[in-house]
Amino acid sequence: MANNQQHIILKTENLSVGYTSKKGKQVIASNINIELKQGELVGLIGANGIGKSTLLRTITNVQNPLNGSILLNQKDIHSYNSFDLAKKLSLVLTEPVASKNLSVFELVALGRQPYTNWIGNLSNTDLNQVENALKQTNIEDLKHKKCYELSDGQLQKVMIARALAQDTDLIVLDEPTTHLDMYHKAYILKLLQKLAKDTGKAILFSSHEIDLAIQLCDTLIVMTKNNVFSGQPCQLIEAKVFENLFPKDLIAFDEKTGTFRVKK
Amino acid sequence: MPNSTTYRLSFLVLILLLLVCFFANISLGSVSIPFKDTFNSLMGSPTEKESWQHIVINYRFPKAITAIIVGSGLGISGLLMQTLFRNPLAGPFVLGISSGASLGVALVILGSSIFGGVFAALFISKWGIVIAASLGSFLVLLAVLAVSIKVRDTMAILIIGLMFASITAAIVSVLSYFGSAEQLQQYIFWGFGSLGNLSWEDLLILSAIYIVGILLSIISIKSLNSLLLGENYAKSLGLEIKKSRLLIIIATSLLAGTITAFTGPIAFIGLAIPHITRQVFNTANHKILLPAVFLFGAIVMLVCDSIAQLPSSDFTLPINAITALVGAPVVIWLLTRKRKMVF
Repeated sequence: MANNQQHIILKTENLSVGYTSKKGKQVIASNINIELKQGELVGLIGANGIGKSTLLRTITNVQNPLNGSILLNQKDIHSYNSFDLAKKLSLVLTEPVASKNLSVFELVALGRQPYTNWIGNLSNTDLNQVENALKQTNIEDLKHKKCYELSDGQLQKVMIARALAQDTDLIVLDEPTTHLDMYHKAYILKLLQKLAKDTGKAILFSSHEIDLAIQLCDTLIVMTKNNVFSGQPCQLIEAKVFENLFPKDLIAFDEKTGTFRVKK
Repeated sequence: MPNSTTYRLSFLVLILLLLVCFFANISLGSVSIPFKDTFNSLMGSPTEKESWQHIVINYRFPKAITAIIVGSGLGISGLLMQTLFRNPLAGPFVLGISSGASLGVALVILGSSIFGGVFAALFISKWGIVIAASLGSFLVLLAVLAVSIKVRDTMAILIIGLMFASITAAIVSVLSYFGSAEQLQQYIFWGFGSLGNLSWEDLLILSAIYIVGILLSIISIKSLNSLLLGENYAKSLGLEIKKSRLLIIIATSLLAGTITAFTGPIAFIGLAIPHITRQVFNTANHKILLPAVFLFGAIVMLVCDSIAQLPSSDFTLPINAITALVGAPVVIWLLTRKRKMVF
């Protein structure tokens, strides 16, 4: 495959994720071996509570893995200091931004923080990066608006622009399509696909939009109760991975259309 | 892009206004002194009456400087709190930080009879009061912060701040029950708030600590800006959250604690000034807000003080009453407007 020649940005080796408490280790998912390559849009799907967020939190160094290793650009993710990691990995979270008084420009410009001086002055390079990010996400006309004036769809584009301005090899988004209508769900995912191709970044997102993810992603990571599969969408359909995604009493996967249908 | 150059005019106007208020504040007072002589005494030139020079240099000038320090310091600590706690209603008074300082002062003034002896003599000095007040506000702030990490609801944090205020008020009541009448009077007078009781030596201590607090605030500007996104985003931008949070807290308790120690608890300035500032400077960037809050705080405090000393009369009203009369309506006005309060 041509993909093999692309530079691998993130790689996990025998990764187990979960929580350590006083009672001991609680493993949520184990034996995770995934690769995220340059210019690739990767979707992470699975049922509610299967551990998508835990996996994302572990990959982004918010929580520690129980076992195995995470390599970012061939280097263990834990060996990065916080500022160096911020130059390699940016996030779009589900939580709303704390201050709605930020203007779109100010918010996107905050993505440049890992590069700015002690007081946060924007250099010409920083300004260019911010302008580029605004252009790539088609929100130049929103530049002077305040966050409280934006719709959910617009706000999500702004958050993606902020991650772009951070200029990292990898962007991780936690459920970027929640609260959006059908058009904007497709719009955001299509935008991510285009950005991955144009900028050569690896983009990983978790989502419940399985049909859209099948259509748009280069690679899918599917979490089921016992296994974590990863591969091209058509390969996964052939391997009948989606059949086991949910309990079988209510919905069934239709291989021809790549969607789930309610059982009559 | 609304960058600092766009606000240059606003800053220029504010600086001029500050100078005008500063000189107006010095020329007004119970003894009427011609403006020319006020200016002369500040410049060290001879004045018509020697007593005038004494009044201006040893009374009015330090009081005006104190007003600037108090207004700007409390305003900035309010700004820091609003960003740190992600809450537009946060301020040194609301979060119980001023009460913490009061508790420290009460322990020193009223508790000296309980501790007694050499210990008391050591503590009753000005430094003792300053240290006690800063420590008191620092501890309350730490407690509020510890609770706020567990309770994410911003409304709950305010209520917890009020609860801490009641607890400290209760302890102060218990202490005053045991204190002597003289000590009680001293504490009550401190509680009225006053800008005029500072000697040059006191002012030196106050400004030294104030400058440390301001410097800490300035180096926190970048982290304050990333905190506007929320803590998780701030972390993803490479911010060392614990260190930055501690710096902001130390800055706030130094500013609010020391100011409260010297001038008594002064209400509403910390809460209202950042909001007044945001009406003029329509930005969330602390690099612009911090100096703007400094100027607004200083100006408002100078005006409040000029009103408090009731020009050409012998009365001086408690400064605390004036700031509440100015500040409370501002907060109500902000809350009743259509757009919610933002920070």
